[in-house]
This record gives sequence, C-alpha cells and structure tokens, in this order.
Amino acid sequence: MKTHLLSSGDLTRDDALLILDTAAELRSLADRPIKKLPTLRGRTVVNLFFEDSTRTRISFEAAAKRLSADVINFSAKGSSVSKGESLKDTALTLEAMGADAVVIRHGASGAPHRLAHSGWVRSHVVNAGDGTHEHPTQALLDAFTMRRHLGELDGRRITIVGDVLHSRVARSNALLLATLGAEVTLVAPPTLLPVGVETWPVATSYDLDSALDKCDAVMMLRVQSERMNAAFFPSAREYSRRYGLDDRRFERLPDHTIVMHPGPMNRGMEISANVADSARSVIVEQVTNGVAVRMAVLYLLLSGSSPGPDDPAGGSEVGSEIEEATA
Amino acid sequence: MSAYLISGVKILGGAPSDLLLHEGVVADPADAPAGAVRVDGDGLVALPGLVDLHTHLREPGREDAETVHSGSQAAARGGYTAVHAMANTDPVADTAGVVEQVWHLGQAAGYCDVRPVGAVTLGLRGERLAELGAMADSDARVRVFSDDGVCVSDAVLMRRALEYVKAFDGVIAQHAQEPRLTEGAQMNEGPVSGVLGMRGWPAVAEEAIIARDCLLAAHVGSRLHICHVSTAGSVELIRWAKSKGWNVTAEVTPHHLLLTDELAATYDPIYKVNPPLRTSDDVEALRAGLADGTIDCVATDHAPHPTEDKECEWAAAAMGMLGLETALSAVQMAMVDTGLLDWAGVADRMSVRPAQIGRLDAHGQRLEPGAAANVVLVDPSAVRTIDPLESASLSRNTPFAGMELPGTVVATFLRGRPTVLDGKLQ
Repeated sequence: MKTHLLSSGDLTRDDALLILDTAAELRSLADRPIKKLPTLRGRTVVNLFFEDSTRTRISFEAAAKRLSADVINFSAKGSSVSKGESLKDTALTLEAMGADAVVIRHGASGAPHRLAHSGWVRSHVVNAGDGTHEHPTQALLDAFTMRRHLGELDGRRITIVGDVLHSRVARSNALLLATLGAEVTLVAPPTLLPVGVETWPVATSYDLDSALDKCDAVMMLRVQSERMNAAFFPSAREYSRRYGLDDRRFERLPDHTIVMHPGPMNRGMEISANVADSARSVIVEQVTNGVAVRMAVLYLLLSGSSPGPDDPAGGSEVGSEIEEATA
Repeated sequence: MSAYLISGVKILGGAPSDLLLHEGVVADPADAPAGAVRVDGDGLVALPGLVDLHTHLREPGREDAETVHSGSQAAARGGYTAVHAMANTDPVADTAGVVEQVWHLGQAAGYCDVRPVGAVTLGLRGERLAELGAMADSDARVRVFSDDGVCVSDAVLMRRALEYVKAFDGVIAQHAQEPRLTEGAQMNEGPVSGVLGMRGWPAVAEEAIIARDCLLAAHVGSRLHICHVSTAGSVELIRWAKSKGWNVTAEVTPHHLLLTDELAATYDPIYKVNPPLRTSDDVEALRAGLADGTIDCVATDHAPHPTEDKECEWAAAAMGMLGLETALSAVQMAMVDTGLLDWAGVADRMSVRPAQIGRLDAHGQRLEPGAAANVVLVDPSAVRTIDPLESASLSRNTPFAGMELPGTVVATFLRGRPTVLDGKLQ
C-alpha cells in the first residue's frame, strides 16, 4: 500500500487484491456479536467533510470505530474560501491535534491530493470523494460486492450507466475495474461523457440496450437535478427513457446479472423502484460492504509500520486478530 | 550621466564589437569620453531593451501582490525597458485619472517605461465603452486598450471599439475567451482534464472569438491584437488572417511555449493560468508560429498573486503566473537553443514588434548611433536554477521554481542609465 489513498489509479493489482481480501476477512466481523478489533487503539482518524455526505461519513466512522480508533468528525461545510479558513489552516489544525489519518471529502477535484502532497500534514490521507474526480473507496466497495457475487473479475463485463462526466464514482470504478481485469463499458448520452474518454481503459456506448445483453453487473449512476438545466439532455423523462434501468430493460438482463447503484437513488429516473428493490439488486449490500472495505483501507494504511510491498502479511495478521477479538 | 562603453559584445548575436551608450543614446564607440564606464561584454549578447505588451502590476488595488515599483524592478531584472500595465486594477484603469496615476508611478519608479493599457469597457463589465479618447489624450498617451481577464464578448461592442480607436491609432488587445463555453473552467479541456475531473476550457472557446474578431477587424479596417494565443488552431486562424493582409497581431506567453497541461496532474495551482496550459501539440504550433512571424511577439502576462491565493485547492486558486524575470530565459530555451530563432529574431519578437504594436517610439530600435540607449545585455551561456525568493516581485508564483533555465540578464539600460548592472538592480 502507498502512504495515501487518493486515486484508484494509484493501486496496483496486488494493492487492490490485498485490500479486497483484507476486507473479506473483516466483513465476517459484521456477523459476530462483538464487532470490534483493537487494531487501531490510540490512533486518531479525522473525518474532514467539506461537503455533506452522511452516508460516506458514517461508513468511515463505523469502520474506524470497529478498529478501535478515536474518531473526530470535522464538518467544514461550504467552501473553505467562502468560510474564511483555508484548507491549509484546517490541515495545520488537524496536524496539531495529532491526526494519524485524514479522511477528506471535498467539492474541489484534487483537494485530497493537495492535502497529501503540500507538506501541511504528516498523516495518511484517504480520498472520500473529491469534486468530479474520484471516490476510490466507493470503487473498492463496488469491486468487493461484485467479487462476492461474480467471483474474480477478470474478463467480467461491467456496464456503468449515466453521468460519467461529473461522476467521481465512474472515474474510480473505470480505473480499478480495469486494473482487476474486468471489461468496462461506460454508457451515457454523448454530452455526459468526458472529452478524452477514448484514452480510458474502457469501451463506451451511447446505447444502453446494446450494452445490457451480456453484462455481469450493471451500475446505475445518480443523475443530479442541476444537469437538467444545463442542456446535457432535454428532459428527465427523455433521459429516463433512453438511459434508465426500467422494468422492460431489467427483463432482458442475463439471469446472473447484478444491479448496483452508489446511492442516493432517484427512483423512477435512472432506476425504477421495482429494479431497485429486486432480488438482484445489491444496492443495500453495497452499504454493508462499504464499512468492511473502509476498515481494510484504514487498517492497511495505519496498522504498525506502514505495510509495504515487503510486508504482504497484512491479511493473515488481521485474521488472527479477529480470532482474538471473538475468543 | 555616465557614459558606458561595452566592449566586445555581440549585438543581436553578431560579431563582437564595442557599444557606446552616451547621453541617453547609442553613440559611435570612437567618441567614447575619457571617463566612460567600461563594461566587459565578452560572451554577452546585446539586444534592444525588451518591451512587454502584457504585464499586471496590480497597482492600484492589490499592492500586496505587486506595485508599479516592484513590478518595474522585476521588469528591469528581466531585461525590459518598457511594459504595458494591464487595466484590471481596482479601480479599473478606465479613466484618464487612473492611467495617469499608473504612468506617473512608473516615471517615479524609474526602472522602465510603464505604459498603461486602458480598459475597453467601463469597469471591464462589457456593457459600454470607457472613455478611450480621454485615455489616449492623457499624459499616459494610451494606445493599447484591453479588458484583459475578461473577453469583450459582445460582437457589437467589439466592433465599435475597433472602429473608435482608429481615430488615435489605437489597438484593441482581445482576451479571446468565449464566456459561455468556459463557465467554471479550470484547465485545458482534453484527456487530462477528463481524468482529473476538472472543468475544461476548450480550445474552440479561444478560436471562435479570434475568428470573429479577425473578421470584425477586417470589416472595419482597424487594428486587432490577440493576447496570449494558446492553441494550434488559433495560430492557424491568425496565419489565415495575415494572409488576407488584415491588420492582426498576436502574442504568446513564455509559459505557453514551455509548459503543458500534464502539469495540472499535480493539482498544484502554481500551474493554473488563463488561458490554460495546453498540449504539447499546441506548444509545437506556438513555437512554429512565433518562429515564422505569425505570432508577432512574446508577452509575459506577468500575473502576481499573493501566496494565499495559490496555497490552496486548485478550484479556489487565482489564475496567473509571474513572467518578467524568466521570459528571456524561457524564450532562449524554447526558441534559441532549439534553433527556431536567432538572437536577432528574439530582438524582433521581444522588442521591435511589441514596440511597434504599442506605438512606443523610443523602444525596439536598432542599436545604431542616435537610437535611444535602451539595451539589455544577456549572457546566454549562464544556467540558473529559478528561486522564487530571489524575485524582485512581491509575489512568488513562478511555475519555473526549481527549474534550470538557460541565460541570464547581466545589465539593462534605460536611456543610457543602468537599471541592472552585474545582474543587480541599481
């Protein structure tokens, strides 16, 4: 593992598999009566959230607490500039408080990168979503969920549908899934695919129907309401007709295909209520898996002397601690 | 005033000869007075003092970032003897009063001639013309007008401005940026912006305005100057406009000749600038355009910003880079050391042509007897590592920090008086 988790693209295949395997061991903890490990006792994890995201924050909070870390939630809502305090001063404050890891959610792309590389803090930095850039732990929990249902991802076909242009989830997934050997197809109206997407390790399509036949997982992205007023597509109804996963399209999916969504969903827009609630929807399970994956990330970044490539024993070590905790 | 006899200097890179600066003008070395100060010009190249068409001096309004005094010191250290101070100050330089203030501050500082640029529209708001005639007639004798930082995007207003300045031989320097195509834009739109998740500034937003304005300038028969050209497509459009015989000139910045949008991957806003750093294909086209004269000149777009406006996340940071003290080195690196321009070419692109565009009589002249003694001496063999703390600017936002650049300014003379000697401000 590297010192920070800023981008899915920074993870080698071995890094990613180590996180996913570790998460698999940690997930079993969720089924035990005592859900806590002593691993990060005495370590401090700061959740630094410049944007509201209750889902992601409580997921990281639960992950840190289950590893016995002290958790400080720092809500710096609104832009640092409009509120007067700069990112630098906030970072220096956290450093002075002795944060071992900073989990940062920020509206500006690259803010976690800036925090990690500016010399303002010595702590590990975990990107919990930055602007329209990346959200690597979301991609990890998505990959984790797919692995549970589909096995190893080599050669698996994953279709990601929606507002790729503004989606940090899509960026992180495209990079991570390619690293794990999956075949990714991004489906969106041309207005919502980024310039230069042809250089990404993915296929693209403007036609959802043609991308559904053989896919093993289909991931629907949230469409923000503000996109409708900026001429990205004519209307919500037209978007839904052309790019929504409705009951008719759901019928055509192969039997084993799972349906995913990073949440929060617009039911009736990008996904119908029936599909969201169907047995093949793993949307709620994604949330559960999120805690395990974030535990694995914090564990691998923080436990002991930073586990590097020479120290691949992280997984088995955590296994023995699970035994201790439940003994 | 002392006379200066520079011995064995290569004028415009030619054969070594002596150069006498006496009583404010270039004079015959044979007439050197007995007390003339001797300067060893061995290995140095003499060029006419550089002229910058595009400098932000920040005064009045942001004296924490730069003042006319500090900015003109930086200019002198960079080899400049004249700079054009952009109008986007606070208050905006849109009245005779403000441009005269800036002009007088430049005279008082005495490090270079500071020629104010007047705003095209009141408050840079793009609604109605500023009093262009009053600024032209003022002590500052403004000839270059620009809303730089903002595009004069209204086609009618642009047309009227181009027409109006014909009365006093003015030129409109356009910041070509279609506003709707660049709302919230952070960097060049392309594969890099897509991966970094940053809002793109597409080349077409620059090129569409350039195409329109070339047609407008031709239609009304006026002078148009394009600021900080940054794309390959823009170079082609300007080449086309010039082939028609239209009176269109253009500038390119040193940073667009050297740096690319790949640097944004650091998310370090030291590389955030408007127009943004583009691709290596654009860099190649800009160099070729400057070499063949399609692009008339190099202009720094020297844009000082205080530390806090760069020491933050990219989206919150100010746009702009320092340029005055590194321009000549950057041009040597991009153009001379690559064989694209010789030193005579550098003199043409950094002094002669910008002086013509700005209508500066005493600058950009041949270094022949009788010419104003505005001279820079360069040591092309020097190599220096750029240290922002050594800058004369009040700001530190140079994108070349830590980089090794070729060439250094040894001396700058303004009307025969050294503003820089032995590399030090006088």
